This record gives sequence, C-alpha cells and structure tokens, in this order.
Amino acid sequence: MSGVTIRDLSKAFPKEDGTATQALAGVNLEISDEEFICLVGPSGCGKTTLLRIIAGLETATTGDVTVDGRAVTGPDPKRGMVFQEYSLFPWRRVIDNVAFGLEMKGVAKEERRRTADYYLELVGLSQFRDAYPYELSGGMRQRVAIARALANDPDVLLMDEPFGALDAQTRNRMQKELLSLWEQTKKTIVFVTHSVDEAVYLSDRIVVLSPRPGSIREIIDIPWSRPRDRTSAEFAEVRRRVLRMIDETENAQ
Amino acid sequence: MNRQTQKRLLGIAALVVTAVIWQIVAEYVVGRSFILPSVTDVAGAFANLLESGTLLADIAVSLEHFGIGLLAAFFLGVPIGILMGWFRVADFLLDPIIEILRPIPPLAWIPFAIIWFGLTTQAAGFVIFAGAFFPILTATYSGFRDVPKVFVEAGKVLGCDTSFELIRHVALPAAIPAIASGIRIAMGVGWMCLVAAEMFGVSRYGLGYQLWHNYYLHQMPNVVVYMLILGFAGLIIDRIFRNYVDGQLLRWRAGEVA
Ligand SMILES: Nc1ncnc2c1ncn2[C@@H]1O[C@H](COP(=O)(O)OP(=O)(O)O)[C@@H](O)[C@H]1O
Ligand SMILES: [Mg+2]
Repeated sequence: MSGVTIRDLSKAFPKEDGTATQALAGVNLEISDEEFICLVGPSGCGKTTLLRIIAGLETATTGDVTVDGRAVTGPDPKRGMVFQEYSLFPWRRVIDNVAFGLEMKGVAKEERRRTADYYLELVGLSQFRDAYPYELSGGMRQRVAIARALANDPDVLLMDEPFGALDAQTRNRMQKELLSLWEQTKKTIVFVTHSVDEAVYLSDRIVVLSPRPGSIREIIDIPWSRPRDRTSAEFAEVRRRVLRMIDETENAQ
Repeated sequence: MNRQTQKRLLGIAALVVTAVIWQIVAEYVVGRSFILPSVTDVAGAFANLLESGTLLADIAVSLEHFGIGLLAAFFLGVPIGILMGWFRVADFLLDPIIEILRPIPPLAWIPFAIIWFGLTTQAAGFVIFAGAFFPILTATYSGFRDVPKVFVEAGKVLGCDTSFELIRHVALPAAIPAIASGIRIAMGVGWMCLVAAEMFGVSRYGLGYQLWHNYYLHQMPNVVVYMLILGFAGLIIDRIFRNYVDGQLLRWRAGEVA
C-alpha cells in the first residue's frame, strides 16, 4: 500500500523584498495505491513545487504530505523522481547510473549490476549499458532516468514533464512504454505535464490546478481501459473539457 | 600537400630562418658571446653539458621541487576548495582570508620560505606551492559552485543522505573537469616560480639553480641551454598531463568537448 495523502498544503517562497510568492494554497489530494495521476495546469501554477514537496526536496509552508501514513520529511529513495531536465550523471556509464541508488544502499556490485540490467532491459536499452549518457538521444536518456528511479523499487514514482523536451513521435512512444512499465511494476505514479493530450492518454485521474497560488480546481476521472484511442470522440471531448478549464482559469486572472 | 604538412613545413622553415638570423646577428653584429651567444655556441654548450652529465640530476631535482609544491597545493587546495564550495559557512569564514592572501605574488613568499624552511628542498617547494595553491583552490571552489542543482537533487532522491556522500558521489565527479583545468594552470604557474625558487642555492642541482650559477660564471651559452630546457620541460609536463586527463578522466565528456 503506497497511497499519498496531501493535506491543507500551501507553499510560499520568501522574496528579497520581504514579501512572498504564494505558489500553492490549500491543496488537498488523496492518491491511492497503484494509481496513475496527472497534474495539469497553467504554467507557474505550482505543479513542479507540489511534486518537489512530495519528493521531500522542498518543505511545505503549512500542511503535510504522508506516504503510507508516514510524513514526508526529506528526500527518500522510496519516492523516485524523474526530472524535467536531463539528470543522468554524465561521468557514469548507463549501467552505473541505473545502479546508483543500489550503490548508495550498499548493495554489492554483482547484485546491483544484475538488478540494473533487469531495469535496463525493461526500458529496452540493454545494448546501451556501457555507453555514456552523451551517446544517448533525449528519449533514451529519460528512459535511463526512469530505469534509475525504478531500480530503487520506490513506492511512488514522481515525474516532472519527463517527456517535455522530446519530439511528438518519441513522446507518444515513451507514453506507451511508460504505461507498460506501470502495468508491470504497479507503482503509484504522479506525473506532471502541460500536455492535456498526454494527461488524458495516461492517467486514471487528471488533477487540474488553478493559476497561482495553485489549488485544485477539478479532478477528472478517466475510467477507460488502456491503450486509449486518441482519435476517439470521447477522448477529444475530455481533452476539450480540460483545455477549456485551464483557459478559463488563466483568463480569470 | 595537405594543411597539416603545410603547417609543419612552414613552421620548420621559420625556425631555420630564425636560427640563421640569430647566428648572423650574434656572430657579425653583436660579436660577443657574453651578450648574445650564437646558435653554434649554444649547441656546443649543450653537447658539453650532456657529456659532463649533470643535466639529468638537474631535471630530477627541479622535478622534485616542482612535485613537492604541486602535491602540497593539490592536497590543501582541493579540500579547502571543496569546503568553501559546498558549505556556505566555510565560504564566509575563509573567503576574506583567501582574498587577502591571493593577490600576494608567489615570489614575495621567498623570504619567509627561507626563514621557515632554511635553504632546503622544502623551501623551494613552498615557493612553488605559493604559486600553485590558489589556481587549484579557485578551480575546485568554482567547480563545486557550478555543479548543476539537478545532479545534487537526483543524488538526494536516489539515497545520498549526507553531505559526504553527495560530495563523494555527485559533486566531486561533476567538478573533476574544473579541478583538472585548475591543476593545469597551477602547473604552469608553479613551473614559472621554479627559477626564482632555486635562485638562493637551496640545492646544488636544478635547472633554475644552474641557470643562476652559470650566469654568475658568465657562461651565457649554458644559460641559454637551461632556458630552452626549462621551456621544453614545461611544455612536455603540460602535454603529458593534458593527454592523461583527456584520455582517462574525461572519457565521459567526449561529447561536450568541442
Ligand atoms: N525556488 C523558488 N524560489 C522562488 N520562487 C519559486 C521557486 N520555485 C518556484 N517558484 C515560484 O513558484 C511558482 C510555481 O512554480 P512551479 O512550481 O515551477 O510552477 P509550474 O511547474 O506549474 O510551472 C512560480 O511563480 C515560481 O516562480
Ligand atoms: Mg514545472
């Protein structure tokens, strides 16, 4: 069981002039185990901030986050993170990037390589195990980053626009692969995106945030089975609804 | 003829022409070996020095002075640079001290080098250290300051719990290229300090020592020989280091080095 509970969460970043940027205000959200959640909302509404607070990389001003009933107090390998920027360590080979978390846990070399090989296989990059990150394309780098997060066997996988920098085709392929990974590993996934199309394609529920200070505007259930047909009428309908919601909130500002 | 051979041939031609002009000027215009030794004077001096056989000992002693200075600079500069680059308090504490000491020319330390260490190998090493320390410190410091935040955060979410682990597994490897170029600069500065460091007779051998010694003996062709060897040796040291770093440490950067 790896549900995430977010209660009355708010976050203010203090500024030089003594005032503060209110990034999040009064966020309440219950994410259940093995759920795939997408966070969408206008840019600057606090999606990254919310994800970073769940990761423990940022502390909430008020409210709290619990995973499995335990309060989040700092970063922990139990909550894996895939960053928006390329975050692979360029001085480590692909295999040793994936094995990094296990190395920190003190797992012996043989065993951590075996585990890392398994996850590399899972993301389809076994033949690049001895390459350095600079030899990989953007899509491959993010797949390695996903394998690296998964190798720690986290309860929750947090992903911040991981496919944002990829071209449309690669992006679609990565979405398919991510779904198949999710089905195999049964992680709880919190996925930030500004592509509504991506959110409708991937998630069990879409959480729409309102503009700064971010709070939850609406939660949309998507109960359809996967893989989903992007060209279907119902897909287009949900996409339109979410887009309109984001537009409205943006114009209301 | 391709570019490379063209470049090489032109380079050699220019060297030959320079040598010929030097020879003519030295022999027919100046006419005194003491003021400007000719090419043949220098070549003869070089042959004599090779035979008399102190060249190897001179090089060995100079490398010893140089090595002491650089090792000390490395083992003090890197840790202090890490402390200042990683911990704000260390930065705030040490920065004013560093800023006062850094602009002091390395050779200004010579009197205290002699007072503290006497006329010893260590005194020469200390002068070279004074030149090599700050480039290594500064490069390590900025290498650490420039570690991309996302690497540090990736390290944290992947299980680095302590500053020590983050430094060892994330920041230090990320800063290696910066540290390596700092060492390269330090080696250049250290080598330049060598002649002055050996000026006071801290040893009976050494390229710098011999340069001064032959000057006192008015053996100017020998002085030129030592000047040229100092230049060559500096060049070779730099090349060896660069090849080593490029080949070994920085394989992972092959894509970035333009
Ligand atoms: N470290 C920070 N310091 C100050 N302000 C920040 C910081 N991080 C984010 N913010 C501000 O908080 C708001 C939300 O940012 P972010 O979470 O990155 O939004 P999103 O990911 O939805 O685009 C923005 O106004 C941003 O400028
Ligand atoms: Mg963001």
